[in-house]
Amino acid sequence: MELVAETLAWLTEGANWTGSGGIPNRIIEHLALSGVSLVLAFAIAFPAGVVIGHTRRAANVAVNVANLARAVPSLALIGLVVPLTAAADPELGFKVYPTVIAMVVLGVPPILVNTYTGVSDIDRELVESARGMGMTGAQTLTRVELPLALPVLVGGVRSAAVQIIATATLGAIFGGGGLGRFLVEGIAQNDAGKIFGGVVLVAGLALLAEGAFALAERALTSPGLRVQRKAWDPRLAPATNAPPT
Amino acid sequence: MPRAARPSLPPAPDGSRPVIDWVWIVDHLDDLAARTIQHLYLAGLAVGVGFVLSFGLALWAVRQRAVYAPITAITGVLYTIPSLAMFAALVPVTGLSIWTAQVPLILYTLLIFLRNIVAGFDAVPREVVEAADGMGYTRAQRLWRVELPLAVPLIVAGVRLASVSTIGLVTITGTLGDRFGGLGFFIFEGYRRGFPTEIFAGAVPSIALAITVDLLLVWVQRRITPWARPARRVAMVAAEAAT
Repeated sequence: MELVAETLAWLTEGANWTGSGGIPNRIIEHLALSGVSLVLAFAIAFPAGVVIGHTRRAANVAVNVANLARAVPSLALIGLVVPLTAAADPELGFKVYPTVIAMVVLGVPPILVNTYTGVSDIDRELVESARGMGMTGAQTLTRVELPLALPVLVGGVRSAAVQIIATATLGAIFGGGGLGRFLVEGIAQNDAGKIFGGVVLVAGLALLAEGAFALAERALTSPGLRVQRKAWDPRLAPATNAPPT
Repeated sequence: MPRAARPSLPPAPDGSRPVIDWVWIVDHLDDLAARTIQHLYLAGLAVGVGFVLSFGLALWAVRQRAVYAPITAITGVLYTIPSLAMFAALVPVTGLSIWTAQVPLILYTLLIFLRNIVAGFDAVPREVVEAADGMGYTRAQRLWRVELPLAVPLIVAGVRLASVSTIGLVTITGTLGDRFGGLGFFIFEGYRRGFPTEIFAGAVPSIALAITVDLLLVWVQRRITPWARPARRVAMVAAEAAT
């Protein structure tokens, strides 16, 4: 109970809500870092996934590389990049670039694999009917393949977003901004209120992002597909993604 | 072994200091070996305990289907929480102890194992279960001699995913102090001392360890499920033909 009181005291302390180290600014930093990385990861993974899914070329190589990239520990990846970028820029090379690079590298595999799977798992008969109706390759892609792949694709973006938000937290270990700062500083200062306040904020952000993407996934599912989806609950499928690290 | 003080990052522009100080690495091979063992111990303990807990939960869920959705919902929420927050959350409760390092690692494995073990049991064809019943197997015999062996491929896939992700997460336990972290210790200490070689000495073996264990378990997966191999080959040929 004492812990709850300390956490509430920290969260409601006015001084914690102002300035560059305040809660609002840390939330903005966290969202900005994560948002930029997610957009970059999407810009790389989506076109690649579409091309591989549509043409079905190089699929084995891409999926294997993506699976291998998923095995890479995020902290080690940040650590690997730190000395390289720090040599180029002593300030941002420590605090921003390594985390962003790690976030992009870890965000690409789920989006790539899901885009590819979403597009290539479409019933071949549907694609052939589209061709039979006289659609060009581009029309087939934008009017048939992408709408059908959209729920799976958004699922990939959702995994990537959760992974990226978790990795942004780790950036604080190397002096970066974002909500992870409260955790790192709280542990260093042995301040239980600050640690738990940080935990509430970080966990809240991750769960909110997960929830928002889950809603988007549902909203973007074509009404014709919704009927089928009822029978298949994605939560009951075997796990394929590693937890956010 | 005493460690000499090092100049801080970044290296001098005149390049007087090598990017990787091989002498330091050779001097610290014993430390690297000890931390690798600690890394495997911390990961192995969590995966082992997580597997036993999940197996119990999975058997419960398979028999009483109604409990499965709530269990996956709870473990799913735990799964979404970033690891640094999960470790930090336990610091005020259990201090900088082994519990603080192990509990989050175990919790993260639960969802992976649970989903894969239950999916493994679900994948057993109904006719096979009925044939076993017809041959007079008791429920326990059917479980151990029929269902479990058939569920093995998906269970091993779960072990692989859980092992690899736990190996990654062990590096983050270094935030709880120098007693933990496995190879991640060198990343933390190297950063504190501004010594790139030490950061590399932690990061490169961590990545290598995760990938090695991943590939090793793929091999194990193939070895213990020989019946899956011919089908795999056919599938690969089909995939090649399609490209």
